[in-house]
Amino acid sequence: MKYSIFSLARAAFSGHKNWQRTWRDASPKDRYDVVIIGGGGHGLATAWFLASEYGIRNVAVLEKGWIGSGNAGRNTTIIRSNYGLPGNTGFYELSMKLWERMEQDLNYNAMVSQRGVVNLYHSDAQRDAYARRGNTMRINGIDAELLDLAAVRKMMPFLNFDNARFPVQGGLLQRRGGTARHDAVVWGYAHAASALGVDIIQNCEVTGFVRDANGKVTGVETSRGRIGAGKVGMAVAGSSSRVAAMAGLRLPIESHVLQAFVSEAIKPLIPNVMTFGAGHFYVSQSDKGGLVFGGDIDGYNSYAQRGNMPVMEDVCEGGMALMPMIGRVRLLRQWGGIMDMSMDGSPIIDKTPVDGLYLNAGWCYGGFKATPGSGLVFAHLLARDESHAEAARFRLDRFRTGAMIDEKGQGAQPNLH
Amino acid sequence: MRIVCPFCGERELGEFTYLGDAKPVRPAAGASEDEVFDYVYLRDNVAGDTSEYWYHGGGCRAWLKVTRNTLTHEISAVEPAAGVGARQAAR
Repeated sequence: MKYSIFSLARAAFSGHKNWQRTWRDASPKDRYDVVIIGGGGHGLATAWFLASEYGIRNVAVLEKGWIGSGNAGRNTTIIRSNYGLPGNTGFYELSMKLWERMEQDLNYNAMVSQRGVVNLYHSDAQRDAYARRGNTMRINGIDAELLDLAAVRKMMPFLNFDNARFPVQGGLLQRRGGTARHDAVVWGYAHAASALGVDIIQNCEVTGFVRDANGKVTGVETSRGRIGAGKVGMAVAGSSSRVAAMAGLRLPIESHVLQAFVSEAIKPLIPNVMTFGAGHFYVSQSDKGGLVFGGDIDGYNSYAQRGNMPVMEDVCEGGMALMPMIGRVRLLRQWGGIMDMSMDGSPIIDKTPVDGLYLNAGWCYGGFKATPGSGLVFAHLLARDESHAEAARFRLDRFRTGAMIDEKGQGAQPNLH
Repeated sequence: MRIVCPFCGERELGEFTYLGDAKPVRPAAGASEDEVFDYVYLRDNVAGDTSEYWYHGGGCRAWLKVTRNTLTHEISAVEPAAGVGARQAAR
């Protein structure tokens, strides 16, 4: 099924009753060249890049629930590439460039909207830090603009500029950043991967690994039977420790809960994605009109996919400090997702000590923007058995060698990243 | 989530700060690199009942050892952490 203005017109004339399913809901075969555990954005993107870039089409994606039912459906849909450390800067820009061509590549409308991301600063020190980050981005060919107060006032006149404690002084703008429709990203990758022969298998929970006499992983045990595999890739951020434990691995990861919020729909108000630099609050407005926002993780280990009141209060306070006018807007929904918090705040894309098992994990709460880049570099690793140039620093052994990528400089305390 | 502090009674979560898993024990001086690496970076990250350290900064400022289920957030036991707090509680 190919989408175009003509397919839309045809379907419209038949009252939109004849749309076909956009991807195949497959049943497992006995064996695949590559089995990917996890049918979220990263797993499906990996499958699509394996099939389209690396010519490996005998691929299965195994999903415990339904595709996109985990963090792919729970994020705040922000895309950006404003990172400051070697390893992250190049990787997230690779991902940003893939966002810019995703819809053409996949023949699917992912509603990628480059509306700009503004990180506000509230002190001289924070301005200097953002100037440094902006310079790092520009040196690496990424767009960044340091906005002064007048420029921010013009762009977002509704902010509380006179907040006595945290006056807005300016912001760091990445115009190419923005948002994308998270569900459509999952469906788009499923659509394009399925068309190239990838089997997407839902309600298929991995319950163990099949190992040969040398310890090499040769398949997985699942709730739908044993499936043989040349290689197995894990893309199960949130549950990485649980799946890795089945292979006898302990990871430098803790699972934490991050909450997200949507308000009732209001008329267009917020023109971009913006972050409050004096607390932890980020917000954008969805096309339906809801304010989509979030803040810190709750701070305690959790697999419960729900958070608690103190963080909810803290996030809403951040919003009120930034734009007191939203005080009359009612909260519509709130939910939680489980984050793979790594020990340095950066992801891990690497082989594991277990032969035949590959790891894509540790995305903390920044996994959504990385979806296309993560898919490409993980597919590269699975196909070539070596790291992609832009993921060469996301090594599992960096915690042992000391080559950490710690953007916040918090050290090995995952709930502070 | 509320935590029943053995010194202060039931208090809301906002009064407490989380440290993490209570299982890792700091290796002795002179321990091998592997032991230190394991202590600093690797975690069991248990899905289920786990024992962890919380600090009651908004109350008695004692360190507590809390047994909590990470799948449900249910707390089954709270005791003073080893050290001065535990000695105080034993008196």
